[in-house]
Amino acid sequence: MWKWFHQLASPPHFYRISAILSPWLLVPGLILIGYGAYTGLFVAPMDYQQGDAFRIIYVHVPSAYLSIMAYMIMATAGAIGLIWRMKLAHAVAAAAAPLGAAFTFLALCTGSIWGRPMWGTWWEWGDPRLTSELILLFLYFGYMALRSAIDDTTKADKASAVLALVGIVNVVIVHFSVEWWSSLHQGQTVFKKGTMSADMRIPLFAMLIGFTLLFGSMLLRRVRTEVLYRERRTRWVKEMILSPEGGA
Amino acid sequence: MDGLAMGGYGAYVWSCFALAFVIVVFSDWRSRLRHKRVYRDIEVRLKALEDRE
Repeated sequence: MWKWFHQLASPPHFYRISAILSPWLLVPGLILIGYGAYTGLFVAPMDYQQGDAFRIIYVHVPSAYLSIMAYMIMATAGAIGLIWRMKLAHAVAAAAAPLGAAFTFLALCTGSIWGRPMWGTWWEWGDPRLTSELILLFLYFGYMALRSAIDDTTKADKASAVLALVGIVNVVIVHFSVEWWSSLHQGQTVFKKGTMSADMRIPLFAMLIGFTLLFGSMLLRRVRTEVLYRERRTRWVKEMILSPEGGA
Repeated sequence: MDGLAMGGYGAYVWSCFALAFVIVVFSDWRSRLRHKRVYRDIEVRLKALEDRE
């Protein structure tokens, strides 16, 4: 297990493996998203309270879940990079940030669009879930700004990893905000028994798994680019690029 | 048409799905573009070095 882990963490090995793995995540991901979107939009029954507006959850829930997952990946990779000084871990953290920001932005927008017909407002500043999710977006922006402000990659890796670890407090707040405080945002329903019929739940799970696979594929591709950039002066990159087959 | 109208919530539902599509496609396109750029920059630099040698 450890041998495999160390082998995977080697940049040339990861670069090769990720090229093979990425389409294997992308294709099933797209199939599941296609299935989930179709059944969620046209097959799942209408919600008795929210009407057809509830169908927004099929993009809102996966994007909100990925906004948190991307942050956890970023912070965990940052911690691994700080503790074990693994180069690949910092590359993973750097690559996860723009994706996390994109999904957080999507979660905020879709939540806001859903809120307009359901709550009668696009945004509610007093709501802890909405505000903490917005802070999460700012944390992503701060993380990316900090990285780009420091020219030395090693220093940028360390500083941004510390910021990502501090920001975990906000992730905990995002997750538990609906339980700790009174919130316009509904509590957890997806994994609670008896809150959703199977016709509604199955497309949602398809979307959740599909979005996760798509995210995995996109993350692998971004880490690949990050690895290539960081290793641009190494012998393996030189050999790969100057070889007759290339290695794009 | 009834399916598209979404019981009067069509504008909200479809705009969310469209936004998700745009964000995912844009994000994917940006990452492919960056990879190509990084790869080409390294290739140009290495070929220039090789020519000099």
